[in-house]
Amino acid sequence: MKIHKYDTVIVGAGGAGMRAAIEATKRSRTAVLTKLYPTRSHTGAAQGGMAAALANVEEDNWEWHTFDTVKGGDYLVDQDAAEILAKEAIDSVLDLEKMGLPFNRTPNGTIDQRRFGGHSRNHGEAPVRRSCYAADRTGHMILQTLYQNCVKEGVEFFNEFYVLDQLITEEDGVKRSAGVVAYELATGEIHVFQAKAVIYASGGCGKFFKVTSNAHTLTGDGQAAVYRRGIPLEDMEFFQFHPTGIWRMGILLTEGARGEGGILRNKDGERFMEKYAPVMKDLASRDVVSRSIYTEIREGRGCGPEGDHVYLDLTHLPPEQLDAKLPDITEFARTYLGIEPYTDPIPIQPTAHYAMGGIPTNVQGEVLADNTTVVPGLYAAGEVACVSVHGANRLGTNSLLDINVFGKRAGIAAADYSQKADYVDLPDNPAEFVVSQIERLRTSTGNERVADLRRELQETMDANVMVFRTEQTIKTAVEKIAELRERYKNVAIQDKGKRFNTDLLEAIELGNLLDLAEVMAVSALARKESRGGHYREDYPNRDDVNFMRHTMAYREVGADGSETVRLDYKPVVQTRYQPMERKY
Amino acid sequence: MATPVMDKVEAESAASPYITVTFRVRRFNPEVSAEATWQDFQLEIDPKERVLDGLHKIKWDLDGTLTFRRSCAHGICGSDAMRINGKNRLACKTLIKDINPEKPITVEPIKGLTVLKDLVVDMEPFFQAYRDVMPFLITKDTNEPTRERLQSAEDRERFDDTTKCILCAACTSSCPVFWNDGQYFGPAAIVNAHRFIFDSRDEAGEQRLEILNDKDGVWRCRTTFNCTDACPRGIEVTKAIAEVKRALITRRY
Repeated sequence: MKIHKYDTVIVGAGGAGMRAAIEATKRSRTAVLTKLYPTRSHTGAAQGGMAAALANVEEDNWEWHTFDTVKGGDYLVDQDAAEILAKEAIDSVLDLEKMGLPFNRTPNGTIDQRRFGGHSRNHGEAPVRRSCYAADRTGHMILQTLYQNCVKEGVEFFNEFYVLDQLITEEDGVKRSAGVVAYELATGEIHVFQAKAVIYASGGCGKFFKVTSNAHTLTGDGQAAVYRRGIPLEDMEFFQFHPTGIWRMGILLTEGARGEGGILRNKDGERFMEKYAPVMKDLASRDVVSRSIYTEIREGRGCGPEGDHVYLDLTHLPPEQLDAKLPDITEFARTYLGIEPYTDPIPIQPTAHYAMGGIPTNVQGEVLADNTTVVPGLYAAGEVACVSVHGANRLGTNSLLDINVFGKRAGIAAADYSQKADYVDLPDNPAEFVVSQIERLRTSTGNERVADLRRELQETMDANVMVFRTEQTIKTAVEKIAELRERYKNVAIQDKGKRFNTDLLEAIELGNLLDLAEVMAVSALARKESRGGHYREDYPNRDDVNFMRHTMAYREVGADGSETVRLDYKPVVQTRYQPMERKY
Repeated sequence: MATPVMDKVEAESAASPYITVTFRVRRFNPEVSAEATWQDFQLEIDPKERVLDGLHKIKWDLDGTLTFRRSCAHGICGSDAMRINGKNRLACKTLIKDINPEKPITVEPIKGLTVLKDLVVDMEPFFQAYRDVMPFLITKDTNEPTRERLQSAEDRERFDDTTKCILCAACTSSCPVFWNDGQYFGPAAIVNAHRFIFDSRDEAGEQRLEILNDKDGVWRCRTTFNCTDACPRGIEVTKAIAEVKRALITRRY
């Protein structure tokens, strides 16, 4: 075991982690731990753009953006945080441009902007061009630009270091972050990183679904590590299903395709979104569009022999426009479906895309131990966190924005804190949990296999807690997850070695997914209303009287060692917008 | 639009899709043996699936010790560059049907970088070459502009192709010069230098060109086009290298 000492440790090297690292490295001795290489992070898969009311191509302002974000999140958004997001969006985009990001340009040479779902002029009058973009690889360009600037700033990376545990020391009833424990993939060695401040920026957990746009590596490692140590998880029942995933594969096809004029059609060729969202049509918010697609499918208007998908039609757009604005996604259609998007519509279905919930933080990125108490030295930003700027449903282009605004804020806040704070003593035998977890998996002689359990988990999640949910389906999921968690105790791996043991890694990742799936299902069961991405067929309306509140899920361990999820609730911060019925 | 009743994809999916293929995988684990060996695996697979899906079937159902890197699974993260049937490709962007499933499909690590285990290579020399070309925007502004720097659409287009790079190393590890001499910067580093040299906002073109004028620099390129063929992002790598060579001669870019 090796022990390292840093002022600031950042877990994860996607957009939020690297944006934080650029700030933290300037201010404190910083280490960035990532289980991949930085440029492999899933920020790179984001396509359509980053919202900011630059008003480069038409009238716009940050207040309209704030309103759209609050409305898009079905009023579960903390409005003070949304205001910060929309205000600081402008500088965030300009920061990236100054760092070198090659945005598409207007004829005047300014940053070009395009339409995106849920972003409107003057509180819903009509779509507005607010998304700053670089073709359909905006996330790729953000990830590359941030990595380039990390190289420039001399950020210290520990690549392929997998963080498995969060160290918390409790003094006088106050939980304080002491550091993290990581597993070095190349050697199997365990490393303890003592740090004054730790920032989680480790991304989402979409891999508990089967049809998902998420990378194989998005297994909720950060959420699970802090949850096990008594930190709550907020609003985990809210998961976004992106309307346009490639049929059966789930690969993302950007909403920018509809922003450029693409149209969703059913088997009769009908532009069905006109029925569901007369003003915004195909550019309604994602939860609305995904439900509309499944309504078409359920009512027998889906395409194909099994009627299980609809079409994204780009055939009326000029090929030059597709080549210039949507080169990657048109290539995905060619590569994976053998479809020529110039002439043929693309079969799509909703795909599990984004966790609105996560580790609760305030607007400085400080992690909360309950509704109000900050955990000194612990921070989170990006998809792993819940500020909450996305509420019950995130708007497209607000995630690339979130990682930049709150990544930067967390980086500055953590480094400032580590400059004035002292180290917290490490717990005795800090690596104990990780050592025993690894040894248990490496020496297990059980008869369960990781791949089988993961497949069953993904199937039950897709079947029971996806776009449409009921008490019965969620209960089915809760029971299945409990069974899988039990069977997980008998999981065994084949690779017993130390070097690049990805067999072991996948077993640990599965454990994290199971923990988070349980939190999600239990949170969803208790929310007896429909709001944003959480749609209950047995409670089809939003219920502001009983459920205008954030879910806070805590891990409870009984005297007999049994684990349960305890739910509590936190008020939503409302400033200028009163809840209204959401229409697009 | 004309409403297609049944498109190509669906017509194909009506019949039972599975075929039997052999994956012939290069195995190496120094914890077990100093020698690398070939191992065959028989798989039932839909030919429209990816080589990565085949590797996952092996790892998940047959042999958990098989080791490879992968993440996004759709050609954007750059983790899974491999030598498949003797050519560098991304396993997640190569469909079984496109590489003749009648014969065994060979899968090996990319060449020119030290193999650590099975298909995993040491990427550090690759990233070092990348860092050496100063892959970040350098400007001499004394005062930062308040708004964005202006750039015409034409100037932006000038380096569009080389911004697509995902640092997968498929190009560099397909280059015979790099195989023979790991000191050569390699195509990927030159592509990333090109991305800045031809960016109208950048002011360190001269410095970058001097770095690439080095004995291990751009002149080592023998224009074999392997890199262009290997690039999973369709970047015209050899053309980009030629443009850097030309810029070195003319000092115009």
